[in-house]
Amino acid sequence: MKKLLFALATTAAVIGFSAGAYAADKAKVCFVYVGSKTDGGWTQAHDIGRLELEKALGDKIETQFLESVPEGPDAERAIERLARSGCGLIYTTSFGFMDATVKVAAKFPDVKFEHATGYKTAPNLATYNSRFYEGRYIQGQIAAKISQKGVAGYIASFPIPEVVMGINAFVTGARSINPDFKIKVVWANTWFDPGKEADAAKALIDQGVDVLTQHTDTTAPMQVAAERGIKAFGQASDMIKAGPETQLTAIVDTWGAYYIKRTQLFLDGKWETSSSWDGLKDGILSMAPYTNMPDDVKAMAEETQKKIESGELKPFTGPLKKQDGSEWLAAGASSDDGTLLGMNFYVEGVDDKLPQ
Amino acid sequence: MRIELERRAGVSKLFSILSPFIALGLTLIFGGIMFMMLGKDPIAALYSFFIEPLTEVWSLHELAIKAAPLILIAVGLSVCYRSNNWNIGAEGQFIMGAIAGSILPVVFYEWQSPLVLPLMMLLGMLGGALFAGIPAFLKAHLNTNEILTSLMLVYVAQLFLDWLVRGPWRNPGGMNFPETRTFDATAILPEMIASGRAHWGFGFAIIAAILVWFMMRYTLKGFEITVLGQSQRAGRFAGFSSRKMIWFSMLLSGALAGLAGIAEVSGAIQQLRPVISPGYGFTAIIVAFLGRLNPLGIVVAGLVLALTYLGGEAVQVSLQISDKPIRVFQGLLLFFVLSCDTLIHYKIRMMWYDLSETAGKGTR
Repeated sequence: MKKLLFALATTAAVIGFSAGAYAADKAKVCFVYVGSKTDGGWTQAHDIGRLELEKALGDKIETQFLESVPEGPDAERAIERLARSGCGLIYTTSFGFMDATVKVAAKFPDVKFEHATGYKTAPNLATYNSRFYEGRYIQGQIAAKISQKGVAGYIASFPIPEVVMGINAFVTGARSINPDFKIKVVWANTWFDPGKEADAAKALIDQGVDVLTQHTDTTAPMQVAAERGIKAFGQASDMIKAGPETQLTAIVDTWGAYYIKRTQLFLDGKWETSSSWDGLKDGILSMAPYTNMPDDVKAMAEETQKKIESGELKPFTGPLKKQDGSEWLAAGASSDDGTLLGMNFYVEGVDDKLPQ
Repeated sequence: MRIELERRAGVSKLFSILSPFIALGLTLIFGGIMFMMLGKDPIAALYSFFIEPLTEVWSLHELAIKAAPLILIAVGLSVCYRSNNWNIGAEGQFIMGAIAGSILPVVFYEWQSPLVLPLMMLLGMLGGALFAGIPAFLKAHLNTNEILTSLMLVYVAQLFLDWLVRGPWRNPGGMNFPETRTFDATAILPEMIASGRAHWGFGFAIIAAILVWFMMRYTLKGFEITVLGQSQRAGRFAGFSSRKMIWFSMLLSGALAGLAGIAEVSGAIQQLRPVISPGYGFTAIIVAFLGRLNPLGIVVAGLVLALTYLGGEAVQVSLQISDKPIRVFQGLLLFFVLSCDTLIHYKIRMMWYDLSETAGKGTR
């Protein structure tokens, strides 16, 4: 037994060594995923970005990934493993990886790190994010046109600024069309749990909402909406396959361009830390085709999208009131990024109490 | 036909020792076949899984970090299970211990002194023990089922933590994100040796395992636990109180789970977050049984289980495969270990019936 194990170990060591030597020719770019790379949503969008990166720069780099990494101490170990296995540039693609990324980045000053949706940077740690709320504003407008009852359901994950911002953008968009529009919110307290997400969708539909949107990662809510015959919006990836007659549009995260841009800088030795927060105009997110809606609604949505892309329209522009009726933005004023990134209040029209 | 498990008259000492190795061999064979069917080199896969994590100092430290809470909790659970008290809620006691211990660095963060750490650990044990005291009280005095009560209290603890970090304990400088302030250096459990980040949680686990092993083997209390676990009636004749045993075993396992919680938070996470455990309290149940409810066996089982997590990641990185086949592989390992253990104590008997005969007798 011992001899056998030893033989196994040495053979494998030789194989491992030769593989390592081969890999050294190309720069290694690595990804840490919070979910499964086939989740149909958030993580899949990042993986599509990774594949685009491979396609574009495949002759100079190779990519690696770790999927379904839990947030917390496990993430720290996973990131460290990648840093030790020779990755030169590591993308950590969930907010919850923030502190783990910060810790590992401090230990490996020669490795570059990029953390999605966080706010802590270092000389070798950049952050990147996407103005998802621009898409949510368009969704809100569509919802207000489509909904018969004037109430939409919103499946939210965690009450962090990112998610609160999305809810507020949706409501603001909807109320620009129908000033009495309301939304109901269910907090699923998870990014990835098809069962819980489906339950949340059912609960919302039972409460009488007739259009559904989600800030969680799987296609489960879309499937429930399809079963119950109401319309819904996809999240992070185009979810049209889960609801061919159901999806109105989806916010599609198109990280590929960013990954290619940053990785190229890395290869050229020009990579520097930054905090990037791009929007529709930069192509870091896009809208899935506007489907299952009348032509006039589609035309409105396309026009709004154009206005946001050109900078003519900023979703959070006054007059806007907070949920309690107090003034947030005066007429014509638009919100600064700092307020958005720390958002912990609802605007008027949200039928929910913000958990805090 | 019916299949029955029949207890063997005598248990072979030899096979009892060999069983984990047979299981490992079977896992290697079937796992190897699986990796081969995926088109991957099975030897490289098995090497990455079982050996690579043991070849580097940093990953040995990671192994200790991952194993520490599992061992600490499982040692406590073994006392419960030996005495026939089924505490399933260690996850909740882990969380409550972490919360109680964090009172000092989160609420009284200005108080920095060498006393902070020992007090945190004591508060952690107290928090876990008090929380385990609820199902203990309910069982000892109202005769409720502790499996249900302890399990349900896990959700209470999880939601209480969730509320704390979003509400009263939220970091005022944290941009509204749901987490507490990070602990001051005086509240962080130090590393055991300078070569890596393994903290004293692992030391606590080993000490606890040795102490409980000693208690079970050499003290009257250990005898009492075993007797009451095997037969309450016999225990009563010997003058042992099963009610007191409920309290003892539940409080002890709660305290150890609480210590695991505060050690994990103070040593590895260094702040409270909505989720601080990837299910250590439940995985520890597996560890307790893998270690055959023997504290020293539990140390080995905890390390093996931790190795499967680290090895799983190593295989993902070195072979570029998804984590799904790796979970299947982890499942294979547990399946073979538990079934080998079962077959040592039991044999399978097929019972064949003559169908016409049973039909003639009618249903029974």
